[in-house]
Amino acid sequence: MLNEGKIKVQICLGTTCFVMGASKLQDLERMLPPEWKDKVDISAQTCLGMCQNPDSGFIKAPFVKINDEMIGEASVEKVIDKLKELIVV
Amino acid sequence: MQTEVNTVLLRREVMVRLIKAFLSGDFLKQADGVPFDMRPKHAEVPFRCCIHKERAILRERAIAALGGSIEEDDDKTHLSEYAARALERERPDETVLTVIDTACQGCVPSRIYVTDLCQGCVARPCTTACAFGAISIKNGRSVIDGEKCKSCTKCMQVCPYSAIVKIKVPCEDACPVGAITKNGSGHAQIDVSRCLSCGACMASCPFGAVAEKSQMIDILRAIKSDKKVVAMVAPAVAGQTPASINKVASGLIKAGFDIVMEVAQGADITAKTEAKDFAERMEKGDQFMTTSCCAAYREMVKKIAPELKPYVSETETPMHYTAQLAKEKYPDCITVFIGPCVAKRKEGLQDRFVDYVMNFEEMGALFVAMSIELAQCDDYVFETQTSKQARNFALTGGVAESVKVASGGKVDIRPTCVNGLNPKVVREMMMWAKKGQCPTGNIVEVMACEGGCVAGAACLNNKKIAARNVAAYADKAEDIKPD
Repeated sequence: MLNEGKIKVQICLGTTCFVMGASKLQDLERMLPPEWKDKVDISAQTCLGMCQNPDSGFIKAPFVKINDEMIGEASVEKVIDKLKELIVV
Repeated sequence: MQTEVNTVLLRREVMVRLIKAFLSGDFLKQADGVPFDMRPKHAEVPFRCCIHKERAILRERAIAALGGSIEEDDDKTHLSEYAARALERERPDETVLTVIDTACQGCVPSRIYVTDLCQGCVARPCTTACAFGAISIKNGRSVIDGEKCKSCTKCMQVCPYSAIVKIKVPCEDACPVGAITKNGSGHAQIDVSRCLSCGACMASCPFGAVAEKSQMIDILRAIKSDKKVVAMVAPAVAGQTPASINKVASGLIKAGFDIVMEVAQGADITAKTEAKDFAERMEKGDQFMTTSCCAAYREMVKKIAPELKPYVSETETPMHYTAQLAKEKYPDCITVFIGPCVAKRKEGLQDRFVDYVMNFEEMGALFVAMSIELAQCDDYVFETQTSKQARNFALTGGVAESVKVASGGKVDIRPTCVNGLNPKVVREMMMWAKKGQCPTGNIVEVMACEGGCVAGAACLNNKKIAARNVAAYADKAEDIKPD
């Protein structure tokens, strides 16, 4: 794992992701269980470049990248589910 | 309102696709395809019973986004026809909200209902609490006779098991003036003679069945024309995206606007004019005055509570003053107000200086459709400096505070706020008018949305974060200077 074992979570707060629902992801850090605090490293990015994908990338926005995996149509629930998988392992 | 729920995101996607269609050069054909592009053959059906219903609803969402009335739709007119009408019309429609009939669930009528949690207790406080004899015991459980029940909720309050609930119809429950009700087929219908255009029904419907008739195509046509187009951004804009207001303004220039003005400029004029008006009224012996800048409140006074009229400041709104300044400076220009509010669309239609109104969601959709990344935009420099108090107009308490500061301590001023309209508040205010007195203060700020304009029905950002950003931007400015 990267960053001294921390899971790297990059939230795209680029304009397209923000308009298409990333505003809710601003609260992600607050919504994680406290015991995950030192296991997860959350940062905001502008932007991850996915919206410029020729296949109308905006439809899959917002995007969140967890380590090397890109998650489309990201929601707080979706990100937490993914993190559960990674943290339990 | 929640700014990122599915219904809101669907509305934004439809808007992005229609803007892209307009920009494609093949508008009519592309517009026709929107419901099919969003739900192509064999696609997943996320929300409704079948793909055909999903498409039918998306078609109606697109009609509203093109500025059409779903009430007048015949189901068979193609979206390309609505798009063609949008290209030709001289003026947007006068009513701003439309009910997406096909999306409306036709919720169970609002009533008081005894749930399975009823224990059939011996005390039976519900039966004694009911003043209308509507509750009887059948098969060991309380049952409400709908004919006799007056929905007073007394039984709900006394049930020790919280077994009695009020079934709500979200749109009816949200409307502060009872303007949305069910028609004969059980679907929502708006009584235009009462509607304040506040957008509370739109924000509350979990099926996304109330929509604004957008003026987006009219605005895109204006941008495409040779005329100068002035974007006037409401103070709430400072909190809407992670980017600064200056970058948002540059984004609007990239999108094709020629000049961007802060509506806070007009808010400075409103604050000073209102301070003068207030001082004169108090000298005359009036007991209170209300602010006048909330468009939904203005409609409320006009349609529901004309007795309040003598107490409302005569001052024009920040949008009006800003548009007037724009028209004076750039004769022949087209003015577009950009804000969080549904009611401003109604006000814009009635104001001779305002040509069009765009909401923040539509502005966001415009950026998405044009691939404008605000983080990469320059910092736009506004021509006029605005005051701290004017920038705070978007927050509850901000307008009353501006009047206080603009008064310069010359009069006894006790601000009080109506933070959000609801039936109870409307009744209370009517009492103030009757008595000529407000018990809590002498300058009453009225805002239809709880929290102020940052909680408007067409915002992009969470209202708490938005409020924080607006306040931070205001803190960078100087205080308003009393005249």
